[in-house]
Amino acid sequence: MSDTNEPLVRFVDVQKSYDGVTLVVKKFNLDMQKGEFLTMLGPSGSGKTTCLMMLAGFEPATHGEIFLQGQPINNVPPHKRGIGMVFQNYALFPHMTVAENLAFPLQVRNMSKSDTEDRVNKALDMVQLGEFGGRRPAQLSGGQQQRVAVARALVFDPDVVLMDEPLGALDKNLREQMQYEIKHIHENLGITVLYVTHDQSEALTMSNRIAVFDDGVVQQLAPPSTLYEKPENAFVAQFIGENNVLSGNVISIDGDSCHVDVGNNRSVHALKVNVNNVGDTSTLSIRPERVVLNPGSEYNNVFEGKVEELIYLGDHIRTRMVVCDDSDFIVKVPNSGELGQLREGDTVKVGWKMEDCRALD
Amino acid sequence: MSDAPLVTVDGTPLKVSLGRAKRKAKIRALLLVAPLFLFILLTFFIPIMSMLLRSVDNENVAYTLPNTADLLAEWDVDSGDLPDEAVFAALAADFKAATVSKEDDINATKVGTRFNYEKSGFRSMFRKTNKIFEKGGVEPPYKEAFIKINKRWGDADYWRVMQREMRGKTDSYYLAAVDSGYTDDGERAMNKPGKRIYLKLYGRTLGISLLITCICLLLAYPVAYLLSILKSRTSNLLMILVLLPFWTSLLVRTSAWIALLQKEGVINSVLVSIGVIDDANRLLMIHNATGTIIAMVHVLLPFMILPLYSVMKTIPPSYMRAARSLGATPFTAFTKVYMPNTVPGIGAGAILVFILAIGYYITPALVGGQSGTLISNEIARHLETSLNWGLAAALGALLLVAVFALYLVYDKIVGIDNMKLG
Amino acid sequence: MKLLNRTLIAAAVSTGMVGAASAKDLVVVSWGGAYTASQQNAYHAPYMAANPDINIVNDDSANGAVAKLRAMQEAGNVTWDLVDMVASDAILSCDEGLAIEIDHNAVLAPAPDGTPALEDFGDLVVSPCFIPQIVYSTTFGYRKDKVGDTPPTSINDVFDLAKYPGKRSLEKKPINNLEWALLADGVPADKIYEVLGTEEGVDQALAKLDTIKDEVIWWEKGAQTPQLLADGEVVMGSTYNGRLFSVIEEEKQPVGMMWDWQVYDLDGWVVPAGGKNEADVLEYLKFATDTQRLADQAKYISYGPARASSAPMVGKHESLGIDMAPHMPTAPDNASNTLLYNYEFWADNVDDLTEVFQAWLAN
Repeated sequence: MSDTNEPLVRFVDVQKSYDGVTLVVKKFNLDMQKGEFLTMLGPSGSGKTTCLMMLAGFEPATHGEIFLQGQPINNVPPHKRGIGMVFQNYALFPHMTVAENLAFPLQVRNMSKSDTEDRVNKALDMVQLGEFGGRRPAQLSGGQQQRVAVARALVFDPDVVLMDEPLGALDKNLREQMQYEIKHIHENLGITVLYVTHDQSEALTMSNRIAVFDDGVVQQLAPPSTLYEKPENAFVAQFIGENNVLSGNVISIDGDSCHVDVGNNRSVHALKVNVNNVGDTSTLSIRPERVVLNPGSEYNNVFEGKVEELIYLGDHIRTRMVVCDDSDFIVKVPNSGELGQLREGDTVKVGWKMEDCRALD
Repeated sequence: MSDAPLVTVDGTPLKVSLGRAKRKAKIRALLLVAPLFLFILLTFFIPIMSMLLRSVDNENVAYTLPNTADLLAEWDVDSGDLPDEAVFAALAADFKAATVSKEDDINATKVGTRFNYEKSGFRSMFRKTNKIFEKGGVEPPYKEAFIKINKRWGDADYWRVMQREMRGKTDSYYLAAVDSGYTDDGERAMNKPGKRIYLKLYGRTLGISLLITCICLLLAYPVAYLLSILKSRTSNLLMILVLLPFWTSLLVRTSAWIALLQKEGVINSVLVSIGVIDDANRLLMIHNATGTIIAMVHVLLPFMILPLYSVMKTIPPSYMRAARSLGATPFTAFTKVYMPNTVPGIGAGAILVFILAIGYYITPALVGGQSGTLISNEIARHLETSLNWGLAAALGALLLVAVFALYLVYDKIVGIDNMKLG
Repeated sequence: MKLLNRTLIAAAVSTGMVGAASAKDLVVVSWGGAYTASQQNAYHAPYMAANPDINIVNDDSANGAVAKLRAMQEAGNVTWDLVDMVASDAILSCDEGLAIEIDHNAVLAPAPDGTPALEDFGDLVVSPCFIPQIVYSTTFGYRKDKVGDTPPTSINDVFDLAKYPGKRSLEKKPINNLEWALLADGVPADKIYEVLGTEEGVDQALAKLDTIKDEVIWWEKGAQTPQLLADGEVVMGSTYNGRLFSVIEEEKQPVGMMWDWQVYDLDGWVVPAGGKNEADVLEYLKFATDTQRLADQAKYISYGPARASSAPMVGKHESLGIDMAPHMPTAPDNASNTLLYNYEFWADNVDDLTEVFQAWLAN
């Protein structure tokens, strides 16, 4: 990451409405540093693509200002912004060959023929498509088209590259492979990428930071590990990774921790994250891998659980049980042999630590 | 791998086995196509073939006048003399033979009509002579007897035409279709300038059709673009407006154009009343080529909009966005990326409009006046009024050739695969 | 049940189902509009009333009928029983074997005084296949409000742009136009076809037409000139006299008639060869072309009956109540200068002269 204070991309209080009635983007603020790989993650309709389109210049912001390298760009047309973009359907020009597609951004910049050729060849080599320059996009596989699209967005050295769900059309294996390729290109070239996806594992794999979108608002902006370990609200906890949820009322607050009544006088000791007053309702978030069976004394939350369903997944056994009236409580039991005796209908003790249980809104 | 052919488990060669499995599918495909194939054969292919044959057919002459044909062939045209008595006698025998059956009797008159296309006067000459023979015929000497029936029998020029057109296949319809014919010396040559018409009409037809195609393209392109980017509810509504012309009959629409465009019509009256033009200089927008162009552009516009729309609909908006993000100005993005992708639609629309324009004759007949008449009007006239179907067929065949030639040129330039009708 | 039966019978009677079920259809092809209506009133309706086993079906496709007839005959399925044609088309049909020859005296009714049909029709029987019906003329109409105080009275006025400026409509054919051009150029009427038979004569006629070529709107359908006159698009124009009658007397447009050198033409019946109801059609023709019927038709349209014996019986217009005799093209006041369509000349020369004429138009 760059150590200058000036962010490369900056959204200030950006709002967007299409119909004048509802806000698609409610209040968006973002500073993005040079060299960063930032992902906007969220369900469809959450406003992430709209933010991307506003940065690219295809949608005007209804309110607020967008800066690129310190300059306001609200009134700069798209072709003068110097932003590369990879589209979901690649948007490769079907009437041009692969090489012509790559040469297009250079030709419109009046680059000399020999320089254009050099750059195109270099870009093709970068995505390992050196021999495919003469082909039409339709003659390439999905993954190859994807790479051409990436190469085309990079070939003219844009300040920022925007990627709008670029891997959405690929099958799972190819998608994972491409995630690594894009990540490596990012690392090797030191480019700045703003990436949009609704696939959380994609976001976790590739990003320096992730902005989780919901309902037109950024719910949390943080590096992947922080998002997973320390979700700041119930939406983020739910959206990122697997999560057990218990809900109840706060009965006491004690510094960084609190007690929450989850019914039937069962009190859970949890980390106080964003509950403020006694009596507030709270959602407790516990990651399945942090729950243990037959806990020792260091576990301050211990309850009874009834096994409902066992799914054998090799390295662990995914166990669905009823805990504190929640019948969807998942526990990942490591496949260490001796616990293979667990049967559906058994009642066992389950426990988790206070620090692993986050009391959210 | 060995070269031995692959076999199935029971030992039949793989190819035989595969062929057997495919035969059923082939028969089914054939049965599915058969009705359409028969329909096309009966309603399109056979009529066109018979039309092409008609444009050279001349069998009836030698069939009706067999004896004359034989003897006349030996007559020396350049001698300046009439054919001798033997030829007249043969002619009398042929006319006599023709009276035996009703059908041959009519054929004798038809030969006169046929010869009349080559030289005026044959029709009444044959009709009168035939009447005489129906009532009993003439007595020798035949030469004098024939000349008494009609003095043209004594004119060697008529005999010259007869000698030439005794052939079973004739090129004279095609010659006529390119403003040519035979001189008195029997040479092929262009007609006198005052009698040349078809080549000029071919040229005018191609020119006006091309112009109509261009105007249609210019008008249709923005409309189709708008339709393709609007929400489907709005665009469906607008599409109804585009298709509206199809719902009214051609004659009604054309009459409406007359009411609108004529000298005392709506447009002129409005222009006069708001003072754009004065009363004495009303615009002539109908009964000339302008009228033909305006009315035909209106009639044919949907045929351009529809293929353009269907192609534009499939061009994702991301192409333009990609081009813009790559640094292209809106104009460059349009000319370098959007437009090339609409070429299949432009090609399909242009070919459709052009071919339809070439064949239209009702509209030009009603609003075209003298400068807006097209070759199809002449074809229609020969089919309906003059009944010279041979010439109509020759004119149609040449038009077909011209269209086909243009089609090949189009294929060379744009490529016929690169066309999308919808 | 009884009620239902009665209703069904009533419905059947009222729609003519009972009668029609056993009746034979005769397909009669004519020009449509007012003309077919006049035939319906004068011929078809009374005939069907007297012969309930015959049902006459009108088909309005007389335009281009010769071509259609030829196509039908080539296909071996002639569905028409009787066709209304102008005389020149009847001659062509006869030459082509599309129509049957008629023995006029044997088939048609004599005049009331016993004159045989052929004599009653006189020289209007221009082809053995042709049964004359009406005499019509092609003549000029003009806009009364656009000719000042001196309405045109002579064919010369059509060619006089100085005296009568403005557009005129003429038929897009050489026929009539070439004759009028020569008349206006001073050629005597009895020399017209002699002159037209030479190339110089044709050039002379076209040269005369050249003087007004830029001011001519060429029509192809009979309805065009009446419409152009009604819209004020033309000052004067040629068309059939019956069309002008309806513009003037029925639609009350400010249009006047100019009868100078009107060209008589004939319209009548031909019986298609290969028709399926020949005997019935001939029976019908005997009725429909008798003296009274031809005179009756003039009650509905201003065309002259083709029989000499019908002329004295022409009465008043059925709905307008005006005397029809003065509106007939054959009325003495209208017929001071007339030309009869020269069938023989045009049969021989129509192909050639049409080509010359069309070439002249295109240049």
